[in-house]
Amino acid sequence: MSEPSLEVTDLSFSYPDGHTALRNVDLHVHHGERVALLGPNGAGKTTLLLHLNGILRPASGTVTVAGLEVSDESALEVRRRVGLVFQDPDDQLFMPTVGQDVAFGPANFGVEGTELDTRVGHALDAVSMLDALNRAPHHLSYGERRRVAIATVLAMRPEILVLDEPTSNLDPASRRELIEVLRELPITQLVVTHDLPFALELCPRALVMDEGRIVAGDATVDVLTDESLMKAHRLELPYRFDPRGTGR
Amino acid sequence: MKTVALLIFVLSVVAIPREAFWAHALAACLLLGVMILAELPLGFVSRRMLVEVPILIFALFLPFFGRGETTDVLGMNLSVEGLWGAWTILAKATLGLGASIVLSATTTVPDLIWALDRLHVPKVITAIAGFMVRYLDIVASEFSRRRVAMASRGYEPRWLWQVGPLAQSAGSLFVRSFERGERVHNAMVARGFTGQMPSQGNDPATSRQWVTGLSVALAAVLVLVLSRTVLR
Repeated sequence: MSEPSLEVTDLSFSYPDGHTALRNVDLHVHHGERVALLGPNGAGKTTLLLHLNGILRPASGTVTVAGLEVSDESALEVRRRVGLVFQDPDDQLFMPTVGQDVAFGPANFGVEGTELDTRVGHALDAVSMLDALNRAPHHLSYGERRRVAIATVLAMRPEILVLDEPTSNLDPASRRELIEVLRELPITQLVVTHDLPFALELCPRALVMDEGRIVAGDATVDVLTDESLMKAHRLELPYRFDPRGTGR
Repeated sequence: MKTVALLIFVLSVVAIPREAFWAHALAACLLLGVMILAELPLGFVSRRMLVEVPILIFALFLPFFGRGETTDVLGMNLSVEGLWGAWTILAKATLGLGASIVLSATTTVPDLIWALDRLHVPKVITAIAGFMVRYLDIVASEFSRRRVAMASRGYEPRWLWQVGPLAQSAGSLFVRSFERGERVHNAMVARGFTGQMPSQGNDPATSRQWVTGLSVALAAVLVLVLSRTVLR
């Protein structure tokens, strides 16, 4: 097996108020893989994401990104390697123009001049948003902002793209465009989502998280067809949706 | 560059002696020339000029309440000092405001913030201004959504004692904005932010742009110098 893009070993974490959010989480994502992370609200998914780039630090256990363990010294490089796309694009896009926002990440890592312009251009091009370069984020539609948010982390050339609920609040057309964009990106992806058809369409493998633990991990189609597993962890497919009917 | 030009222009106008009517007229011609060159519609400029009205009303009262020597104008007994005061406010405020309108109409807000940045205004201040521009819209739309939600449940405040829910809503909006601030900060840290905004932006103004941009401001300085020396 190749070196994993992302390796989480025996990770536990409690919030200062004593609430235990993660219990002995083990997780491996291999290079080029697209993995869905499923689970009900409050399962600890977002807490886990904040550990992946060192914003939160584990009480015990380790997080390793492409061979580099998260620590105080490595945090900055880990943040370059892990492109975290937050749920609300308005939290992610804070600069006055789209171009400046996409440049923010690489500029923090010392990229400048024409190299910076090239990175910004490529990243926006990858999400089909090059036209928006000089526009203000609040003038874009929600779906466009979501795609620009992805560009802001692509510009850092990350090892792995981590998305928190990328399809929430999107209309069906924007959702489809997002799927097309993500499918074309040649990069390792970990996607937290409640949108099970989306997970099935995009990710060959899925993990199920509940009460701070990883409770299952398998081919997405097998997870979604395991009725007792689905029921036990409050996962529900849309009305009349049949995962087996998609030809996988 | 435009920001520097505006500053020079305004300072020159302020420094022109109040007796030099011709100098003010010249400065006004310069400004009008720039407005015509920039193809600013008259309606656009005059609407923005309305900001000045309260100040002008205040200025209008000065001749009536000023002390000292008085003079008769159209049968009214007016203070000379007051008249001078009113004239100074009218002339200088109008010219200064006009110049600011030209700047704001021909420059986008991001460029303006970037310009302040280039002029070594502290990064903290320009960053705050940038965030304010970015998030004002979001907070305002959140507030208006709440007002709609309140109105939908029959809350139509008319009197002061009905203001309670509105104030509470403003409070919770503050808390939510604060929480958003934390999330934005997380998003910044996630992209390698270490406490210093990276400097980035367009290319600095070329010397050619400097010459064109400063020509009007320098003309205003010339007017000032003339009014203070030869043509007193």
